[in-house]
Amino acid sequence: MTKLSDPKEKKQRVIPGFGLSMGITLFMLSGFIIIPLASVLVYSFQLSPREFINLITKTNVVNAFKTSLLCSVFAAFVNSVFGLILAWVLVRYEFPGKRIMDGLIELPFALPTAVAGITLSKLYSDTGIMGRFLGLLGIKAAYTKTGLTIALIFIGIPFVVRSIQPVLKTLDPRYEEAAAILGAGKFYTFRRVILPELGPALLTGFGLAFARGVGEYGSVIYISGNNARDQTQVVSYVITQKLNYLDYPGATAIALVLLFLSFLVLLFVNMIQVHQAKRTSSL
Amino acid sequence: MRKRGKTCAGVLTLLAAAVLTGCAGQTGSEKVKTITITNVSYDATREFYQEYNRIFESYYRDTYKTKITVVQSHGGSGGQARSVIEGAKADVVTLALGQDITMIEKSGLINSEWIKEFEDNSSPYTSAIVFLVRKGNKKKIKDWSDLVKPGVEIIAPDPKSSGGACWNFLAAWQYAKVTYHGDEEKMKSFAADLYRNVSVMDSGARGATTTFVENGQGDVLIAWENEAINTVKEYPDQYEIITPGISILAQPSVAVVDENALRDKAEKASEEYIKYLYSDEAQRLIGKYGYRPSNRKILSEFSETFDLNVNLCTIDDFGGWDTAYKTYFADEGIFDEIYGN
Repeated sequence: MTKLSDPKEKKQRVIPGFGLSMGITLFMLSGFIIIPLASVLVYSFQLSPREFINLITKTNVVNAFKTSLLCSVFAAFVNSVFGLILAWVLVRYEFPGKRIMDGLIELPFALPTAVAGITLSKLYSDTGIMGRFLGLLGIKAAYTKTGLTIALIFIGIPFVVRSIQPVLKTLDPRYEEAAAILGAGKFYTFRRVILPELGPALLTGFGLAFARGVGEYGSVIYISGNNARDQTQVVSYVITQKLNYLDYPGATAIALVLLFLSFLVLLFVNMIQVHQAKRTSSL
Repeated sequence: MRKRGKTCAGVLTLLAAAVLTGCAGQTGSEKVKTITITNVSYDATREFYQEYNRIFESYYRDTYKTKITVVQSHGGSGGQARSVIEGAKADVVTLALGQDITMIEKSGLINSEWIKEFEDNSSPYTSAIVFLVRKGNKKKIKDWSDLVKPGVEIIAPDPKSSGGACWNFLAAWQYAKVTYHGDEEKMKSFAADLYRNVSVMDSGARGATTTFVENGQGDVLIAWENEAINTVKEYPDQYEIITPGISILAQPSVAVVDENALRDKAEKASEEYIKYLYSDEAQRLIGKYGYRPSNRKILSEFSETFDLNVNLCTIDDFGGWDTAYKTYFADEGIFDEIYGN
């Protein structure tokens, strides 16, 4: 007995129950992520390579990829900028109603997306409050890519704010003071002191908001107009078109390509992160 | 003595029989105390079936001395069909087009002869495709030809995404077929002009109605007659229904999902549920909710609600759903061609 327990003791980990927790991890990963994704792959392989290529190079499918990816990247970018400002305000300043404002950030998570979509389309159509105002500026929001991007900004903003907030909280204001004492200007301090610290969190937020936007359906379809000519069809809409006629192979093939393209974008974001981490550590 | 004995025995047997039948009756009624059947339907029938279920439940209780509860489910027709195929518990399906039920049939849940199982091709109620315009009809829309004029903004759902929207396209196609005497090139260019004027193409009929009514988009909504009638009812003095000269008879279809009903031991009740849709009482209710009753006599009672002079073609003029779907709506079909998909 003692002989057996000896080598184990050497390997003892700080958190107990490695076997159990690893088992749970594997179960969750396979049951909820790997197997469903693998079945997507299997379904789409029902198409012959030629059918597959024909399908994903169809004009409306290619346009949907462009629309989904570009609008999601743009929305994630807008969210990164404004999410950073929002998080900054919520962490660094004290003002009445701060708690309520902080809570409001999470509402887009909780609201059913279809409700959000219908509400946004009403607000931003040319008879709605926001839409009428934008109309005066010559901008048509609902039923265009602008409207689509607005919906994606709406659903993506919590991801950025919630990624940055905890990091910002632990960021010691003394760094900024030190920078100021050493003669750095405000913008320089922001660029060289604060941003590198927030970088990884910001990129995580960007990645999450982007990934959410690419797969979004509910909030988008009501405001986008789903017009193949105006290229306002998103990928999830084209997938639903296929599903409604029980074309599972077609739907999964498109989903697979979308998954792959999103993976590339996320990989790119991660590479920037790694690159930046190296740079900061070498400084 | 012997006689008395006999009567005693007789009384005893009677008693025993009474007790036995009583017991049997009791256990029997406990078993079938309440039958629950599920009706999987589409969006636009929600209000109708709420009321229909009420009258059916009381009819069934009175006729069969059995309590029955009907559970309803509503959503886009295609999506509902898909959920039944994937295992949603439906004893009865009442969907927007026969094709959706045929899809379920292909999965083996419904007998292949379902369309002949009930009267009028298993369509107890029908509708037509009409135009809904804003009060005053500023763009003077009277028929299909007015829809292709420059500057007219049309709201219509996407046939590639919603089965119910296929009827819209087919109605327009029929108009073109008659007007251009079957000249395919001219028909295609008419359909292309029509869909060029569609300013917002929603994913389903309900979405299109919301866009037109709530968000104030477009000059005309191409809609099912029952949806149009209900919109006018809900917003009096704001909208007008225009019935074009040529339209299509939209036939929502109904069927018993045989496999599921068998498993739930509710075949009889499910069949009754559909049969009762053809009763005079139900047919009048159908008319009240804006659908055209299949019973001609009752339909004529509603001549004020429906334009009965409209020239209606049917899906059979297009060779049935399977052919129509392949020709018009499948990838690389005519709709893709004219819409530039």
